[in-house]
Amino acid sequence: MTPPANWNRKDLVGIEELSRDELETIYSVASEFKPTLQRSQKKQPILRGYTVVNLFMEPSTRTRLAFEIAATRLSADVITVSGNASSLVKGESLRDTAMNIQALNADIIIMRHSAAGSARYLSKVIDIPVINAGDGAHEHPTQALLDTFTLREKLGPDLTGKKVTILGDILFSRVARSNIWALRKLGAKVTLAGPKTLVPSELKQFGVEVKHDLREALQDADAVMLLRIQHERQSSTHFPSLGEYTSMFGLNEKRAGWLKPEAIIMHPGPINRGVEIDSALADSERSVILEQVTNGIAVRMGVLYLCAQYNAKSRSA
Amino acid sequence: MSHTLWITNGRVVDPANQRDDVGDVYAVDGKIVESLSAEQKKNAKVFDANGMVVCPGFIDLHCHLREPGDRHKETIASGSRAAAKGGFTTVVAMSNTKPPADSVGAIRQIHDLIDRDAIVNVLPTGCLTLNREGEKLAPIGSLKEAGAIAISDGGHCVQNHELMRRGAEYASMFGLVVMDHCEDVTQTEDCVMNEGIWSLRLGLRGMPRAAEDIMVARNVILSAHYGARIHLQHISSGYAVDTIRRAKQRGVKITAEATPHHLSLTEAALKDYNTHFKVVPPLRTEEDRQALIEGLIDGTIDCIATAHAPHTVIEKDKEFDYAPFGMNGLETALPVCLDTLVRSRLISLTTLIDCMTHRAAKVLELDRGTLSPGASADITVFDPEENWKVTEESLASLSHNSPWLGLTLRGNVRATYYEGRTAYPFAG
Repeated sequence: MTPPANWNRKDLVGIEELSRDELETIYSVASEFKPTLQRSQKKQPILRGYTVVNLFMEPSTRTRLAFEIAATRLSADVITVSGNASSLVKGESLRDTAMNIQALNADIIIMRHSAAGSARYLSKVIDIPVINAGDGAHEHPTQALLDTFTLREKLGPDLTGKKVTILGDILFSRVARSNIWALRKLGAKVTLAGPKTLVPSELKQFGVEVKHDLREALQDADAVMLLRIQHERQSSTHFPSLGEYTSMFGLNEKRAGWLKPEAIIMHPGPINRGVEIDSALADSERSVILEQVTNGIAVRMGVLYLCAQYNAKSRSA
Repeated sequence: MSHTLWITNGRVVDPANQRDDVGDVYAVDGKIVESLSAEQKKNAKVFDANGMVVCPGFIDLHCHLREPGDRHKETIASGSRAAAKGGFTTVVAMSNTKPPADSVGAIRQIHDLIDRDAIVNVLPTGCLTLNREGEKLAPIGSLKEAGAIAISDGGHCVQNHELMRRGAEYASMFGLVVMDHCEDVTQTEDCVMNEGIWSLRLGLRGMPRAAEDIMVARNVILSAHYGARIHLQHISSGYAVDTIRRAKQRGVKITAEATPHHLSLTEAALKDYNTHFKVVPPLRTEEDRQALIEGLIDGTIDCIATAHAPHTVIEKDKEFDYAPFGMNGLETALPVCLDTLVRSRLISLTTLIDCMTHRAAKVLELDRGTLSPGASADITVFDPEENWKVTEESLASLSHNSPWLGLTLRGNVRATYYEGRTAYPFAG
């Protein structure tokens, strides 16, 4: 593969700072990688000899695995360190942990962290690429990339004018933020929906619609992205109970009927079946939830490839 | 042998006496005098203030000097040097030391340190409640006898309204002002910045203005009903300014301060998660900032206070959520206010100096903040046009957590005299 000339970033910290061109670059690289996922010989020697460190300070299954698989497919050696096994629990600062990982000659750090802004902080501290796998409620760029990659596959490569509704806990969601930026850059019309306490009206300043009436929010949507209700993050102050949430905002057959007939249902996972989505609906033909997961590998291969290429180029220059 | 000071040819600005003219200022044995005899002039220490402003030494009603307990951040020695370098001759030190200033012994210890190390007038506050926990009143009367200038839980706000009422009422019996950090903590748990468009964008937990507004309103009500003397610290919300304005119009005896950072910066400064901008109450919006300036102009806000809160590089070099709140402020207050308020023609130089001297003194009825004959010879001389760069080396404070670190600021203190003696430039 020839590296694209218009990727000039060492790190992927957020979607907000990316241009539409850069998004398109990632999609195009990811779509080249996607067919290789089905081969029996899946490995490509692109990052052979690289060491990729997965620094996961917060629990994750899907994202961590997808990054591990993506890096492995590119022939990199992958080491995962989880928060409770790292010296951060012994009081080491993030800077020191990262400097040590760099001193161990790692080539790329993928980090998930509970503090917003920590990926940007890390990218300034160290010279090797930093890929943000989710920082607090700030951004989860690869999730938005795989979501929009999936949307383009399903709705066509031009998302201009497509109505995408994001339903759920927007306030605490890094997935929502990254998707808002990505979808806006791609020209889609974004509607945010959910209880007022989790979807504050100030969000309108991001150029999106905010709806608390589910019917208005779902009417004529081309896609709905559900977000997990993160009950571990909001004590009891933001909504009365999971049961009430389900009855007011859960997606069920009837409410899904308000969508466009060909509309797709998306979810970044993990799903709380029977809370934000009816179990049957999650498994229905309209659901693309597992395709999102598969696309997550292709997109992450693309991101790893682009950042590693740029870093190698800028270092040798 | 008497000690005589003669500052010549400066632009003398003394708001308490409506003085603003080019002239001389004299002091003998620590007191301002109207004139010097020929004999005194011959022996005087002379400072040529041509092109400079000569004014009363600044008074800061709100700073954290960290000693005892956090000597790695600041000490009475370093903090009072930072004060002198910033033109401050009187600073009121908050009670959140370790141990907190909630006992006679703690206040005495602080006074011992002041006697030994301070190069300007450092006035300690005593706690309102034991261990600043907001549960039981501290021995307020004894704290006053031991030398507390005012009462404050320094960075903590008593949440229990009954306790706040009784505490303020009790303190008022001794003529003590209660200085309150207005924050309803039920609304600010785990929050690190202002709630609004920027907190949504950055994914950081936002503190609503209402958390400040509710406690400001609470304090106004307690002052109105019980005659307690409450001073509202570092007001940042425009709504709170309006609440205070209306209270003052009704005759409620309440006072308020604003900081240079809330007067000059907004939440947009947090865009890169720079922890030097992490402060509580948080930097808010441009509308709030404008409201604060209007409050300063019409007297709703009585004075400017720095809320100088030193933290070390290591403490601030963290993920935004984990860094401590607070900004270094004593040495940057003057140039920041000159720039934000005076050069932008929002207020006159006289009003700025008034807010940093006489109006601050009035809040605690301090017998300072003027150049009247007989007053303590606390004098600041500054060059309003001189540029200087804020660097780790240029700051006298032990900590360098300044939002202006690395920037060049305009307006520099050239000399600070405390009770007629040179506090800055530093001796030796």
